[in-house]
Amino acid sequence: MTPGFWKTVGIIARKDLVVEARSRELLYTTVFFAVAVVLMFSFSFVVDGAPLTDAAAGILWVALAFSGTLALGRTFERERQSETLKALLLAPVERAALYLGKLIGMLVIMSLVVAVVGPLVVVLFRVSLDGVFWHLLGLLVAGGLGFAGVGTLFGAMLNRSQSRDVLLPVVLYPLTVPVMIAGVSGTAALLSAEPNMARAEVWLSMLVFFDAVFLTLALWVFDAVMAES
Amino acid sequence: MGQNRLIAGLVVVAIVLFAGAPFVIDAAPYESTMGLIQKIFYFHVPSAMVMFASAFVCGIASAIYLARRTPGSDRMAIAGAELVVVFGIIVLVTGPLWARKAWGVWWDWGDVRLVTSLVLWLIFVAYTLLRRFAGPGSDVLAAAVGVFGMANVPFVYWSVNVWRTLHPKTTVVRTLSPEMRFPFYWCLAAFLCLYVALLLLRVRLERSKSTLEAVYAELED
Repeated sequence: MTPGFWKTVGIIARKDLVVEARSRELLYTTVFFAVAVVLMFSFSFVVDGAPLTDAAAGILWVALAFSGTLALGRTFERERQSETLKALLLAPVERAALYLGKLIGMLVIMSLVVAVVGPLVVVLFRVSLDGVFWHLLGLLVAGGLGFAGVGTLFGAMLNRSQSRDVLLPVVLYPLTVPVMIAGVSGTAALLSAEPNMARAEVWLSMLVFFDAVFLTLALWVFDAVMAES
Repeated sequence: MGQNRLIAGLVVVAIVLFAGAPFVIDAAPYESTMGLIQKIFYFHVPSAMVMFASAFVCGIASAIYLARRTPGSDRMAIAGAELVVVFGIIVLVTGPLWARKAWGVWWDWGDVRLVTSLVLWLIFVAYTLLRRFAGPGSDVLAAAVGVFGMANVPFVYWSVNVWRTLHPKTTVVRTLSPEMRFPFYWCLAAFLCLYVALLLLRVRLERSKSTLEAVYAELED
């Protein structure tokens, strides 16, 4: 008897998180990598002891994109080493459930990265979050979903390709340019001296629209691509 | 071979049009504010139009390939993607040359068409890199990039548009004076003939390649 669609999604996401909870390899390395990226940016963008205005938004999103790519590469590397992706594909469950399960696992890791890197950026770049916290969280969730949604699809597809380590960012960054533009612009609007909520909401709605279109496309492509492999 | 004749015909027409282009462009009047530099427009805009058209050719062919797995659509997608890269180079070289003279800067991040062209070009460079280096299964992977790349265009366009724009509006073509419109359509026809000829040639090359592979495989058996 096969479990229902959402139950399958839950099982796959849980599997990833249990594996991760036992070794914590991905979490520790990714979080520390993101912290290192933020520090590198701090050294290059802090001039005369004061941070550049508006640098915080860009740094936050670049750190997320870099560490997200790293985590995507590692999580599928793990599946490849023990051929478990093949086993998953052999299981009599819907492909879409596999995709969503992996995506949720990825999103949990990325939220933990944000939980560490976000406060770090706030402290290092003297950012004030008064009254903009929920808007910022919305941007991060919608942006992270778009990035991880496209990334999970290509991470899975590149799983058995040659030079997959370098090809993932080569493909992923140009395809997620709208996420970066919207995320950085929306965040910058919130973090400026006079927060512009209306502007941030425009970018947020664009991100939600992007998520809807690209997740639908990703589900279709994942189904079509993984069907015969 | 009807197709060979079609390709040969297109190549001849393209050669004639391109040979005549300098004279036709020279005969067009000078634009009042930009002067001589505006003449780059006659090559810049047609190559940009062909580039975007080619991205759609690749995107649609990729979607058909993902759904049906017909070899023909895959060949069309490769040809389309490579031509986006080729015509993109023309666009991205002539654009800044014009911008430097007209606006005083080589590049402007607030301009929607500039940034959209660059991102589109990068996506299709990624496509060709995938095809070359990803190994077995790269055809499906690349097809996914083609579909996502096409879907990306409106988002990038909209995002950059929310910033601010100083690029001449696309309606510029309709406001051209008749003396300028003639060389523009002349060059557009030249680029279109060249594009279709290259596209068909590239598809044919890919077809010959797979025939050759099939013959080799048969020989080894």
